Amino acid sequence: MRVVLAEDLFLLRDGLVRMLEAYDFEIAAAVETGPELTKALAELEPDVAVVDVRLPPSHTDEGLQCALAARRARPGLPVLVLSQHVEQLYARELLADGNGGVGYLLKDRVFDADQFIDAVRRVATGGTAMDPQVISQLLSRRSQDKPIGGLTPREREVMELVAQGRSNAAIASQLVITERAVAKHTSNIFGKLDLPPSDDDNRRVLAVLAYLDRG
Amino acid sequence: MKVFSGRLAPSARAAGRGLFLSVVGLAVSITLFVLAVLSISFILLGVGVFTTPVVLEAVRKHANQRRLWAMTWSDVRIPVPYRPFPKDLRPGVTGQVERTTLMLKDPATWRDLLWLLVDMTAGTVLAVLAAALMIYPVEGLVLAAGLWRVFQDDPYWYGFVPVDSQATGIAALALGVVLFHLGMRASEPLLRSHFLLARTVLAPTRDEQLAQRVERLTETRHEAVDTAAAELRRIERDLHDGAQARLVAMGMNLGTVEALIEKDPAQAKKLLAMARESSAEALTELRDLVRGIHPPVLAERGLGDAVRALALRLPVASEVTVELPGRAEAPVESAAYFAVSEALTNTVKHAEAERVYVDLHHAEGMLRISVTDDGRGGATVGRGSGLSGIERRLGTFDGVLAVSSPAGGPTMVTMEIPCELS
Repeated sequence: MRVVLAEDLFLLRDGLVRMLEAYDFEIAAAVETGPELTKALAELEPDVAVVDVRLPPSHTDEGLQCALAARRARPGLPVLVLSQHVEQLYARELLADGNGGVGYLLKDRVFDADQFIDAVRRVATGGTAMDPQVISQLLSRRSQDKPIGGLTPREREVMELVAQGRSNAAIASQLVITERAVAKHTSNIFGKLDLPPSDDDNRRVLAVLAYLDRG
Repeated sequence: MKVFSGRLAPSARAAGRGLFLSVVGLAVSITLFVLAVLSISFILLGVGVFTTPVVLEAVRKHANQRRLWAMTWSDVRIPVPYRPFPKDLRPGVTGQVERTTLMLKDPATWRDLLWLLVDMTAGTVLAVLAAALMIYPVEGLVLAAGLWRVFQDDPYWYGFVPVDSQATGIAALALGVVLFHLGMRASEPLLRSHFLLARTVLAPTRDEQLAQRVERLTETRHEAVDTAAAELRRIERDLHDGAQARLVAMGMNLGTVEALIEKDPAQAKKLLAMARESSAEALTELRDLVRGIHPPVLAERGLGDAVRALALRLPVASEVTVELPGRAEAPVESAAYFAVSEALTNTVKHAEAERVYVDLHHAEGMLRISVTDDGRGGATVGRGSGLSGIERRLGTFDGVLAVSSPAGGPTMVTMEIPCELS
């Protein structure tokens, strides 16, 4: 899988390159500024982009803006955004087009290589990888709201993991239940959130969007 | 007829107030003026030192009462020009002498005395006129109704009409009606001119306004310096007790790992896990610290999106409207952000609200922000309340805060900061 990496801190960029290469990714480009990123995304057509929110030269949310622009030019282009802090506002913007293939994680998550690589793969294959911090903020805030309040505690646990972008198998092993039970819970959740049956992966993205849109 | 009755009430009220001012105002002004002159001249004898501050304080109260009436009755604003007393004024006789000298040195004191003179002459005339034009016609009516009989032999002059018969009585009534109509139009303006006259004497001069401004700037500068120092102390403490301590623990753990890695790999692995946990916790603490100093979204996107992001984290439903065509200077943005943050925290803590609305817009060189909730109200700007904190924060930028919060709600906190957007 070919990756374009954008990160301005040399140490972190180097570390990420080593880590991704160790897990058999091909680094198409490792850049450090917004304009370079835009160029690389347009020319190299990678399978996935791993992007730091804050990039030179402006040192504002340039990385995020470049990623959003690239996704407008090429809908569904998988983008995993890394940030020193997570904001629902940004998560919302990334998810807004409903195409999936987005991730938004705290930089700390790279500490756990397996989980991080798993997230990159999920995003590359059109899934989502939302930071647990975004999801827990959402859940604590939405607990009084009607549709989310209608979920049972177990369903809420499942929802939390679905929103992070986990597969049914991963959820089953984490909650120590069968995969069939997970499937039953998710279909109940989709029912309660008024999501009509369709492609299962896309419904997962829509479920996260359903959360965000209740703001 | 409708126009007539619509104008009658305010005109009659103005007349009543004019009458009240001419009686009470005159009496108090004369008394205070005499007392003040006597008291000041007795300073040489020593007694005046003790009476003067009391009398002058009464004069100030009298003047302030007039300022209040000017504001509420005729919408005339008269600023208060008095110099504040220093906080370390000594008690006892020395303090009294100091107080007397300070008051006598204040040019506003002398203008107060001048105003007493003006008020008991020209001011009273204006007030009386405002009243008389409405009241005098009543006498014309009474004369026409039959009182003229009393003056059959010796004509009574009503205005310029000598009343001694029914015919002249009717003439007096006619004059009265004319005067009454005049009064209907003139009593309010006359009352207003009374206050305008007071303003020309009482309002601070340009020098005094500048002095007051300097005073205010010094005060807000002190507050800003204090706040900044306290903030630095807080940051230092947070770093010292939090992230720094965790990094030290991490270093120690790693050192132990180095020693243990061959002898006891299992223990070393445990310590490594602990070190990783410490680093994650240190990061979380640093992140919170950064959010407290300068929130990342504010740095990246500016005030509008920062407030939106803030609202998204609230446990109550929120609505944010932003109309900002540009960005303000960083310190202004930061002050505005933390002011909104504080107002929202107050709402969440105290208001028991279900919804909160935040509105930000910029017009006529003024950044206007309102935070409204549908909670139970009863918020006040008092000592130690979060709202006074906001007031101080905004004060540094000449910003102001207004709170409307009747018991039972809703609460509306409005903030204004003069600034330009770029």
